[in-house]
Amino acid sequence: MKTTKEEYAVLCKQALPHSPVAKDCAWAFCVGGAICALGQILLDAYGALGFEKADAGTLTSATLVALSAVATALGWYQKLASKAGAGTLVPITGFANAVVSPAIEFKREGLITGTGAKMFTIAGPVIVYGMLASTVWGVARHFLWG
Amino acid sequence: MRKGDVIVLEHLPAAVAYAAGGGRRELDGPLGSAFDIAERDTRFGQKTWEMAESELARRTLETAFGKVPHDIGTPDVVFAGDLQCQCTASGYAMRSEDVPFAGLYGACSTMAESAALAACLVDGGFAACAAAMASSHFCAAERQFRTPLGYGAKRTPTAQWTVTGAGAVVLASGRGPRVRAVQFGRVRDLGVFDASNMGAAMAPAAAETLVRYFDATGETPDAFDAVYTGDLGAVGSNLLGSLLELEGVRLQNHRDCGLEIYGRTAPGSGASGAGCSAAVLCGHILPMLARGEMRRVLFLATGALMSQTTSLQGESIPGVAHLVEFCSEEAMACS
Repeated sequence: MKTTKEEYAVLCKQALPHSPVAKDCAWAFCVGGAICALGQILLDAYGALGFEKADAGTLTSATLVALSAVATALGWYQKLASKAGAGTLVPITGFANAVVSPAIEFKREGLITGTGAKMFTIAGPVIVYGMLASTVWGVARHFLWG
Repeated sequence: MRKGDVIVLEHLPAAVAYAAGGGRRELDGPLGSAFDIAERDTRFGQKTWEMAESELARRTLETAFGKVPHDIGTPDVVFAGDLQCQCTASGYAMRSEDVPFAGLYGACSTMAESAALAACLVDGGFAACAAAMASSHFCAAERQFRTPLGYGAKRTPTAQWTVTGAGAVVLASGRGPRVRAVQFGRVRDLGVFDASNMGAAMAPAAAETLVRYFDATGETPDAFDAVYTGDLGAVGSNLLGSLLELEGVRLQNHRDCGLEIYGRTAPGSGASGAGCSAAVLCGHILPMLARGEMRRVLFLATGALMSQTTSLQGESIPGVAHLVEFCSEEAMACS
């Protein structure tokens, strides 16, 4: 065959179907916004119940994580995410889904060698580089502002 | 007899028995009624997805064995493969069969690879009867190659859906659609890196095999009722057409198993998986040849030969495409 890699790259580019960007953005905005709105409702509700602002914030995060875990276990989160994309990925519920889904998936391989070992395969890098970034920022802040 | 890369068979072994199996999504597709194994439980009564695929493969193979005419007897060898690490779906399926077994890995090209090897053995007289099988399971493949099933992610438009399916064919001297020729493909890599665009990665290998087949045999695409590729999907099929046009071959009767199995409901670019071409061959193509609804068919299963490790290490995706030429008994009598 005579076609070169460069010529094929041009053909591939022409054949590539485009994502429906406007539709994807609309889904992400609406679902992501709805999750954040739910967070605000929870925050206000915990505030109304008499919790301090910091405690209400922690309880809100914990509630959203728990709801995401249940939705993941029931197979609902993945169905929603297949349409919502970044709308379900970016909020804290996406992080919970990334931890819970491998924990459930690999339970047949054992609690230690399966669930324990695989639980952070997706979320692990986020934690590692999140910790690294916060450490770098903390050190920089210490030396810059004391 | 050998013509270039093409092995032209002398005795034209017959597909004396064949069976196909599918999962729930496949049963709901346009070919659903053609499957012998039609179970809506995608776990097939098993505790894990890996064993579910193995069970589907075992039932499909046993169904095909059950259809073999009594005067032919049991196969002398089974060639089979799947997508799981170390080909466990096939190996575990063969635990319950007292038949010699050779496991193969050709990714999604396994059905053509196994059928070609089985045909060569029968034609050469090294086996009176040989079976070929391939399988895949969406859930087993997804958790092995991509992300956990419950992980929320959006698929790209080029991504393909791994078929939960299996196909098994038994070749021997007897009645049934004939294998006229086989061709083992050459590995081709035109620098596609995207593991979510495997149709594009495999199309060059398919084009290479077809161009070499037409050059070696002097045949033209018009001589066939259809040229089936395994699982190029919409994007890969489009690219195959473009590549062949550059080589001066116009393929107007091309069909892709990855687009046939789910029809218009195909998610993303279409279906994929070793079980895709296997189920379409054994549930659709061979029965049509047997009924005389098609006379000559090229069956070309394509495989992407990367692993998760090579993808993470930044290697491009090599593809391979093996070809099996089938004809109906009537077409054989005319030739």
